[in-house]
Amino acid sequence: MDEGFRAAAQAAPSISLCQLGLQRPALVRSVNAAAAGLPPERARQLADIGFVPGERVMVVTRAWPGGDPMVVLVGHSRFALRGAEAACIQVQEV
Amino acid sequence: MKASVVHLHAPGPLVALVGNPNCGKTALFNLLTGSRQKVANYAGVTVERKEGRLTGGGAGRAPRVLDLPGAYSLYPRSPDERVTADVLAGRAVGEKRPDLVVCVVDATNLRRNLRLVLAVLRQGLPVVVALNMADLAQRRGMAVDPQVLAAALGVPVVPTVGVRRSGDAALHDLLADPSRWPPPPPPQADASHDDARLRSVLEVLGHAQLHPDRLTERIDRVVLHPVSGPLLLAVLLFLVFQAVFAWARAPMQAVQSATAFVAQWVYGFMPHAGPGRWLTSLLTDGLITGLGGVVVFLPQILILFFFILVLEESGYLPRAAFLLDRLMGGVGLSGRSFIPLLSSFACAIPGIMATRSISDPRDRLVTMLIAPLMTCSARLPVYTLLIGAFVPSRSLAGGIGLQGLVLFVLYLAGIVGALAVAWLLKQFTARGEVRMLMMELPAYHWPAPQHVALGLLQRARIFLQRVGGVILTLTLALWFLASFPTPPAGASGAPIEYSAAGLIGHLLAQVFAPIGFNWQISVALVPGLAAREVVVSSLATVYALGGNQDAAGSLAPVIAQGWTTATAFALLAWFVFAPQCLSTLAAVRRETGGWRIPALMAGYLFVLAYLAAWITYRTAIFAGLG
Repeated sequence: MDEGFRAAAQAAPSISLCQLGLQRPALVRSVNAAAAGLPPERARQLADIGFVPGERVMVVTRAWPGGDPMVVLVGHSRFALRGAEAACIQVQEV
Repeated sequence: MKASVVHLHAPGPLVALVGNPNCGKTALFNLLTGSRQKVANYAGVTVERKEGRLTGGGAGRAPRVLDLPGAYSLYPRSPDERVTADVLAGRAVGEKRPDLVVCVVDATNLRRNLRLVLAVLRQGLPVVVALNMADLAQRRGMAVDPQVLAAALGVPVVPTVGVRRSGDAALHDLLADPSRWPPPPPPQADASHDDARLRSVLEVLGHAQLHPDRLTERIDRVVLHPVSGPLLLAVLLFLVFQAVFAWARAPMQAVQSATAFVAQWVYGFMPHAGPGRWLTSLLTDGLITGLGGVVVFLPQILILFFFILVLEESGYLPRAAFLLDRLMGGVGLSGRSFIPLLSSFACAIPGIMATRSISDPRDRLVTMLIAPLMTCSARLPVYTLLIGAFVPSRSLAGGIGLQGLVLFVLYLAGIVGALAVAWLLKQFTARGEVRMLMMELPAYHWPAPQHVALGLLQRARIFLQRVGGVILTLTLALWFLASFPTPPAGASGAPIEYSAAGLIGHLLAQVFAPIGFNWQISVALVPGLAAREVVVSSLATVYALGGNQDAAGSLAPVIAQGWTTATAFALLAWFVFAPQCLSTLAAVRRETGGWRIPALMAGYLFVLAYLAAWITYRTAIFAGLG
């Protein structure tokens, strides 16, 4: 990704993927399972499916009612995640 | 010593296909091996193992091709992924370490797919990359130059199109000529450079930018929409059920008449008196009727699986699971349980086999336990008989038939019962932790007809082999129980009354008296253990009507006169929950590797069925239907 893109990302505050609005592009900052109260291997599994720092993410839709689970576009893949899983992922809006 | 170990495996080098789920790996495997595939299980686990020989070679020399379960990484999170990791590491019991690994990557999603390639390379195995869906990537403006990728990774890269005939040509040529196989790279445990290496490879390919899949986005806007999504799912499910029951009627009737015809034909040749008549009875009542009883389910199972395969290939099923996740979550399951439960409406056995896709062991077990509560097609003949005999055929307000409404209520009772049982199990067994979803929603594809056909062929074969054997054995065993000992001279009742099955039935009648079952019903329930619909012909036998042809037709007036409505309703309630099907219990034993779970299942279903029948019986008597 280019430098301007990266600089823009630095400016926005870091929020959890749970809090990200629908259809708002963002970048992954970090993945931490313990912070969301999940076993540590979840972080590794999230990284395996593409949630690595610097990757583009977007919340495509949320289940109704309650917003959990949600569909997240990460890179070129779409994954259904539970709220608790999404809470492991810190992102920054672009 | 070493030589004897090697001889355990078939001759020829072993090639393993590895790739992310949804990368088109199995389609490619089908192309490489044709239909010469062996489908079995890996040692000690119920993970499906698919192996075939590369087409075009001799039986002894052509490489064996192993289709390893799809995996996102070599850090396993499900039994499937564990098999892949173990085979690649050479740790899997009874498996040879592959001589060559073909990493199948989805060219439209290199960012994620190459991650696994890097992990496999670090294992120190010779690797060839199959650049699959290369045509699709090109159309979406993200063409991949195989030469550039090969240079960046340091391994051969061949483009493939798994969904096109001869789309595997380049890969096939390479696999057929082991002299072109690359040497193994040095193994490397340190994964810390993977991210940087991946970025640089994508950079070199000009793939650092994202190319959104507009088509999938547009379809998802409707399919995943909070209002139109569930609506579409409901319509689809309705159509599938409509098809399963409407289209299957003619072939099922054909199977039944063919069975009756063959039995009659064989009967004509065979002796009808003396000891020879037992052989006649064994052949016609036991073997042929038993075989017919197995094959009769094939039309419905094939039609249901046709829809499941098409929906699966197109990418819709995970979306359905997403839409239902919340509903299932309320009773402690995830959306992944949806597919096995859907299959169970045709027959619980393929449903129980389909639970393999559920990674959480607790969820898988609970799904298996409630699968028999989905109304399988074997219950229909019983429902039809009893509803026809006891529910008046009249229309309610709005043109809804009363008989159809009762049938619907019976289906609903099964579903509600299943949800209630799952909810109850959640209270006892669900640990506090949040269960994993992380389910991929792949890009939409047109399903390829040849893969759907091959999938159907495999399901049919598995059903006939695994289920057929069990049902046939049971039918034969129950034929013995129902035929011996023979009635004494001058006996007036039906012969079955004097047999071992009759004896058991009379004993059972004591147990079933509080729920209104007479001894005839209790006797008929014994042969019904082989397959539920056998109860209808058994009732006909008990009432000494003889002749299987139109048992239900002549039976209805007899039972309408002989039974109270309360008894009939109690029997219907019994059938919603009853642990009647020994084949299902056998399938659960195979999947769980012991008798503990099937015993638990039979026990809880019996208690549930008894309770439901008792409540129904007492309520009906109270309402004056006794």
